[in-house]
Amino acid sequence: MRQLTYLALLAGCLLGTLPLELVLGVRVYARWRRLVAALVPGLVLGVTWDLYAVHRGQWHFDRRYLLGLDVAGLPLEEVLFFVVIPICAVLTLEAVARRRPGWPIGDEPPKPAEDGRPPR
Amino acid sequence: MTYTWLVVVGLLGAGVCDLVLLRTRLLIRKSFWVSYAIMFGFQLLVNGVLTGLGVVRYDPDTILGLRLAYAPVEDLGFGFALILLTLSCWVALGRRAAGLPVRGGAGRPNLARPVPAAPGRPARRPAPPGRRRPSPGSSPSDG
Repeated sequence: MRQLTYLALLAGCLLGTLPLELVLGVRVYARWRRLVAALVPGLVLGVTWDLYAVHRGQWHFDRRYLLGLDVAGLPLEEVLFFVVIPICAVLTLEAVARRRPGWPIGDEPPKPAEDGRPPR
Repeated sequence: MTYTWLVVVGLLGAGVCDLVLLRTRLLIRKSFWVSYAIMFGFQLLVNGVLTGLGVVRYDPDTILGLRLAYAPVEDLGFGFALILLTLSCWVALGRRAAGLPVRGGAGRPNLARPVPAAPGRPARRPAPPGRRRPSPGSSPSDG
């Protein structure tokens, strides 16, 4: 069971944020093409950084907590980290934007000007 | 470079992406900071489990040694840069889906490169109606 530790932690992150999609209706997974595209830079840079750090001996992984599968020279779980955590971040931002419409995130279409103030 | 210096570079890079490259300006938005405040607690939890159990172990020479809930303080910077970069890309892609220019900047004057106002020309292209957050049941348009 110990080999599932890191994977279970990531699964917990996804399960914990799932109600934001299913109950609050933030439509992040529903806009999956935009989500996938938004994840790519963090995944590429994160994995690159991680490979550099492991190569330099800045950190290493205890294999007892891992499945033992490697992807691109890193443990599978570590690569998934760069997918799961950003997904949780997008879900959180969209949840805040949904609950607080007065706090724009920057992708709102401009409203017809009523008071002459440009939308932010 | 030590992990500490890499984090400084990563934070600067993510900040430049948000403020200069994509101009999503999340760093000056309340929505971003409130979201990050919520994530911060979970970040401490996830980093704490990973480092507390020893799933990830650090070379003491590459970090400052300052730890928060078991995790090196550098991990918080690493996570922040990852989150900011991703959210900046998410918002930029959303601008495109809403028919806005991908790069922000129409909301306030760009002092570096002032663009003369064209009389009679709208500053922004109007977005197609109903692209942003359509009601449940409608087909995804920008996914």
